[in-house]
Amino acid sequence: MNLYDLIFYLFAAVTLLSAAVVVSSKNIIYSAFSLVLTFFGVAGLYILLGADFIGVVQILVYVGGIMILLLFGVMLTNKITSVDIRTGTVNVLPSAIAIGVFMGLVTSIMIWTKWVSFPTETPLTTTNELGKLLITEYVLIFELLAILLLVALIGAASIARRDKE
Amino acid sequence: MINVGLNHFLIVSGILFSLGLYAVVTRKNAVMVLMGIELILNAANINFIAFSKFGNLGLTGQVTALFVIVLAAAEAAIALAIVLNIYKTFNNVNVDEIDHLKD
Repeated sequence: MNLYDLIFYLFAAVTLLSAAVVVSSKNIIYSAFSLVLTFFGVAGLYILLGADFIGVVQILVYVGGIMILLLFGVMLTNKITSVDIRTGTVNVLPSAIAIGVFMGLVTSIMIWTKWVSFPTETPLTTTNELGKLLITEYVLIFELLAILLLVALIGAASIARRDKE
Repeated sequence: MINVGLNHFLIVSGILFSLGLYAVVTRKNAVMVLMGIELILNAANINFIAFSKFGNLGLTGQVTALFVIVLAAAEAAIALAIVLNIYKTFNNVNVDEIDHLKD
């Protein structure tokens, strides 16, 4: 068991434990803040897989952007001062059984399948190659995503706008 | 104990996917459902990057993961705008009580 394995198990434990807190906590604020920890753990896993740029983007976009959006959503849709901010659950037992079966199925497939894996030499930094790929081979998807982001942000602003009257 | 390989990352991603699905299915609050969707997207991204590293496929998986992150950001912005509108209309965001289309 070398250092790589040790770091992998550390990040996997952080990710899965905080994700379990996210789905089981009654208080939505606790869920939101342990989701931050989950995103950090996933970013660590990305960097262990040699994807350093994706790891940094994960921290920037998820922790910096999406988490703030989700916290705004929590704060704006709960009367924090008057009502408690606990969230209810529905159909806990049947869905826990079904998803337990599903999790066992997926995990056993992952374990028992003979994955063919090639030992590859990932470059030390991937940012340069990613940038080249984005403006050569994937330039159409890149531009389409830029338009999609613009449309999505304009749409979100106009949906959430408060009416004047 | 064997060295960490492709299986380990896939197992972590599978468990993360199941937890996200559990949050989507059981939670009443719409914002919690969104958090479950984010967990599911992260699990898919781990799969993309793991296969990209161990499958000798170059950086294609990483580019796809980047696109997934962009789509997740757009989806979160739109969905939260819709949730805010639901809150203004119904005064709560419990997804099991927003069933006025049934009447």
